[in-house]
Amino acid sequence: MSISREQVLHVARLARLDLREDELDRLTLELGAILDAVSKVAELDLAGVPPTSHPLDLVNVWADDEPHVSLTLDEALANAPSREGSLFRVPPTAGPEVTA
Amino acid sequence: MIDTLRLTAEQALGLLKRKEASSAELHRAYLDAAAARNPELHAYLRVVEDGTGTGVPIALKDVISTKGIETTAGSKILAGYVPVFDATVAARVKAAGMPLIGKTNTDEFAMGSSTENSAYGPSRNPWDPTRVPGGSGGGTAAAVSAGLAPWGLGSDTGGSIKQPSALCGNVGLRPTYGTVSRYGIVAFASSLDQIGPVAKTVRDVALLTSIIAGRDAHDSTTVDHPEPIRLPEDDRLDGLRIGVPGQVADLAGIEPGVRASFESALELARELGADVGECDLPLSFDYGMPCYYLIAPAEASSNLARYDGVRYGPRADGATYRDMVERTRDEGFGDEPKRRIMLGTYALSAGYYDAYYGQAQKVRTLIVREHAAAFERFDVIATPTSPTVAFHLGDKSADPLAMYACDLLTIPSCLAGLPGLNIPSGLSEGLPVGLQLIGRQFGENTLFRAGHALEQAIGFDTVPARLR
Repeated sequence: MSISREQVLHVARLARLDLREDELDRLTLELGAILDAVSKVAELDLAGVPPTSHPLDLVNVWADDEPHVSLTLDEALANAPSREGSLFRVPPTAGPEVTA
Repeated sequence: MIDTLRLTAEQALGLLKRKEASSAELHRAYLDAAAARNPELHAYLRVVEDGTGTGVPIALKDVISTKGIETTAGSKILAGYVPVFDATVAARVKAAGMPLIGKTNTDEFAMGSSTENSAYGPSRNPWDPTRVPGGSGGGTAAAVSAGLAPWGLGSDTGGSIKQPSALCGNVGLRPTYGTVSRYGIVAFASSLDQIGPVAKTVRDVALLTSIIAGRDAHDSTTVDHPEPIRLPEDDRLDGLRIGVPGQVADLAGIEPGVRASFESALELARELGADVGECDLPLSFDYGMPCYYLIAPAEASSNLARYDGVRYGPRADGATYRDMVERTRDEGFGDEPKRRIMLGTYALSAGYYDAYYGQAQKVRTLIVREHAAAFERFDVIATPTSPTVAFHLGDKSADPLAMYACDLLTIPSCLAGLPGLNIPSGLSEGLPVGLQLIGRQFGENTLFRAGHALEQAIGFDTVPARLR
């Protein structure tokens, strides 16, 4: 099971990682080797076996809908790299600088 | 003069009760020990000079949010992050009066088995500083082993409490999944992550478990133990049925010295009255690793999506939002988180989901069933914790698959959500060997009973030979 450099680049885009060229080369090799090892799970015939997403038998937990003290605005924004008033400030998400 | 190398948490409590030492004096003694030995061991990323309380001091792994104290999870992408709230476990040990000694080193985002993946440099093993302390919780393990803390908390996804405890000669518990709150913990793989204690004795681990465990309104995946945690006292194991997976005998990677120590621990268990027999976990051993290395990275790729340079952490320059996010993540994450994000994103992507993640979740079901079947005949399953003793820095860091194999024996029970206890079983080549005891869901008291009786019989000296 190998993975192509193009596939690695595609996955990096999905994962929002701007990988450098040398990282792309290395990850193509490393992910290929790791996928070889983990592809072992495909050997088993698991028809009719239900998936386990979580080891506890839990049902929905409901909380009473009561107001309570949460973080203040300043606390919530305390670690922001850039703040403008009551907002997190970020570079443009749309407009002439942004291409699809 | 407080001998932090030998003092157990229970003994420290005794000093406090008899007013032979104050909490502040204990805290100072551990800070002094850290000042002397942390430059060599790098167990702490930062110490807390003004930790206050009335109880026995504690160390917390740096994935645990501490209000007002930088919490990085060993990553550059959280450099400078100062939580505005305490994790529930941090709040619980604070409420119990424990002053914080410091935040301990970890592989980045708890991904690794040696601490070599920490963005801030590796920790070193107090038994031999040319070797790793294990990981990801190598910082806590090294701190407890070298007398820089009487006890501490770690997090365990596939072995990050048990394996470093084994390599450093400590007692460490990964509790039953869901019994300890993860509110305020830097998440790695949410269906696997558990918080648990590390200390010098089984009784200390049991005591700390009783303080941190229990339902938390902030974490809806938490449940209460059906019975209260008890401090073990019994020195005998009469009636206890211990199962040893037949697969252990055939496993190639287990070092002879580890095997010998394991066999002698089983012999002691028989002498103490336990009934030792063979159980069968074929799929867990053959497919546990591949299953884990699909599920954990898949969940990690989702959990680590939050690091986007918007709400916390350093931000890279970028003309657009997307450029900024992609550059921030490339600059902020180290190699191991990138590998796992990529692997997990791939395993979850269109066209591959069923073959990888879906299939791994079904394998997980079989591993759960296999353990349940074993526990119909046995009360405890025993294996070595780590196939090897502590290895040298650099030995495995260039080969991700070699590093992943460190967790071969700890992973299956993590997938099944079962509690696991490491106790030291002896030395091989002058380095600690760990014995892993796996229990039923909520079977912590049985593990403590077995671990305590064996601990007394083994008589392991937890102080590293070179520091005695």
